Amino acid sequence: MNKTINQKAWYFVIPVFVLVAFNAAIPLMTVVNYSFQETFGNNVFAWEGTRWFKQILLSERFHAALGRQIAFTFIILLIQIPLGIAIALTMPKKGLGVPVCLILMSMPLLIPWNVVGAMWNIFALPDIGFLGHTLNSMGFDYNFTQQPGDAWFTTILMDVWHWTSLVVLLSYAGLNSIQPAYYQAAEIDGASRWATFRYIELPKMKKVLTLAILLRFMDSFMIYTEPFVLTGGGPGNTTAFLSIDLVKMALGQFDLGPAAAMSLIYFFIVLLVCWVFYNLMMKNEAKS
Amino acid sequence: MAKITLKDLSHSYLEKQNNNSDWALRDINIDWKDGGAYALLGPSGCGKTTLLNIVSGLLKPTKGNVLFNDKDITSLNPVQRDIAQIFQFPVIYDTMTVYDNLAFPLKNRGLSDSEVASKVKEIAEMLELTATLNNRASGLTADGKQKISLGRGLVRSDVNVIMFDEPLTVIDPHLKWVLRSKLKELHQKINRTMIYVTHDQTEALTFADQVVVMHEGQIVQTGTPVELFEKPKHTFVGHFIGSPGMNILPCKIKNGQINFSGQKIQSHKSVKDSNYKKTQIGIRPEFISFSKNGIPVKIKRVSNTGRHKIIDTECNGGNIKILSNASTEIPNESAYITFDQKYTYIYGDNWIIE
Repeated sequence: MNKTINQKAWYFVIPVFVLVAFNAAIPLMTVVNYSFQETFGNNVFAWEGTRWFKQILLSERFHAALGRQIAFTFIILLIQIPLGIAIALTMPKKGLGVPVCLILMSMPLLIPWNVVGAMWNIFALPDIGFLGHTLNSMGFDYNFTQQPGDAWFTTILMDVWHWTSLVVLLSYAGLNSIQPAYYQAAEIDGASRWATFRYIELPKMKKVLTLAILLRFMDSFMIYTEPFVLTGGGPGNTTAFLSIDLVKMALGQFDLGPAAAMSLIYFFIVLLVCWVFYNLMMKNEAKS
Repeated sequence: MAKITLKDLSHSYLEKQNNNSDWALRDINIDWKDGGAYALLGPSGCGKTTLLNIVSGLLKPTKGNVLFNDKDITSLNPVQRDIAQIFQFPVIYDTMTVYDNLAFPLKNRGLSDSEVASKVKEIAEMLELTATLNNRASGLTADGKQKISLGRGLVRSDVNVIMFDEPLTVIDPHLKWVLRSKLKELHQKINRTMIYVTHDQTEALTFADQVVVMHEGQIVQTGTPVELFEKPKHTFVGHFIGSPGMNILPCKIKNGQINFSGQKIQSHKSVKDSNYKKTQIGIRPEFISFSKNGIPVKIKRVSNTGRHKIIDTECNGGNIKILSNASTEIPNESAYITFDQKYTYIYGDNWIIE
């Protein structure tokens, strides 16, 4: 039988093509354009080749921002993932407690990011904020606007407050999908609480946890609004994470070429880490 | 190993019980001998899994006691009871190897490595898992995984009873037979008490020496497969066991005479008049034959299963099924049938009258 050749179906792809072009490809290409050229405004461009990339990759400022970013993401993942799992494990499985807990858990996720920053800024102010004032009256010398350690502490606390719920909700969903027979079998096999967690709950949560780690990695690695409102990157540059540093370079100093190059490097780091992580996690899955 | 006794057991999942339907189990009394193979048979929702979970200790009964070797263990948990249970779908520890899966219950009980190794080896051989011992358990097929679940129950030499909760549900039909014979073989080899829950009569009848038939939370009959087939004590057993099930026909009893649609019927024993709300005749399709005179019926449909013919007939608006050899000549349209008196039973309010 001869197949009828009809390529008209491609027309249906046009809307998606246009949409993707306008919201991703075209803006990204302008950044690519800037990253290889020098501009003095008025649409005058001069070719610079890979100069901006070399400059960024060798600059100490970029290294420092990247270091801070990695440290921040690493710390919040280290806190939020175990904490999220722990909270999910203690949440009730039936009864009135379920909706109450779920709503309480969702609350922080519903608050706009700049509001979170503003809230925590006021909350942590050393003289009038509830947290800041309490800490100071307890004898701690706490001032997040002047001491780098306190600024980091506050930023991390804010992120944990804002985003642990996401890990909790995902873990809770994962835990709830485990059949009761698994727990019963573990009970009959004489497994301890820890062994039940290690050999039943954790493996069954693997997929949702992979998702949770990926989401939290991406979000925290690209964090901007909350620390911008809370500390503005300070004191000094101590909480200037990659996004904050990037905006300073692009809009503060108007170094569009280097900023464009930095954007691309930044983008590729996020992409690469996600790709490597996802493939590592799913490698065993494919085998079985 | 243990003898299991259930005494006046009742269970309800509700806080308060107003009527019979609030009970998942009612007045269960069972004696299971040490080393026997038993089956709990009944449709979904009849309470058989509840009963099993009470024996294993996963559930505490609302009323009554569970005794192992005449010792009351109602308040003990599954570990203290030393039982093993195999569930409907294979429960395995995904991240472990087959070996670690089998060793897990032993390690939890603090056995030494050499003891664990020799036990696991022995069981793996028995279940033909030796070749896959070092593979990840999650990579096995459904029947392989179910063998692991089974193996985790068998490795422990101290188990009082091994319980199966519809263990072949997810197994391919052609492997069901293999696993079932394996179970039977294992039972003969290790001689431990085994309880097998199923809604499949073939599974129950081939596995067990004694079958307990359950219906709406009650035990309706306990007996050997032959007893259940030849003399059902309750109409439910009659139509649940056998394919097609027993014919249950309304009848009237007056002055010791059984009357079914204008015909006198002889049952296996004479019956007296009594005040049952409803009386019925139970007769298996196997024990009905065509004759020159008797009960007039109309032939509605004949289905040939190869070995047998199943004949659907109608008698005064009621249906009667007849099973006969494939070679039997079937009369056209109308015919007369007779019941084998030896296997004709009378049921009063669904229970056999004797």
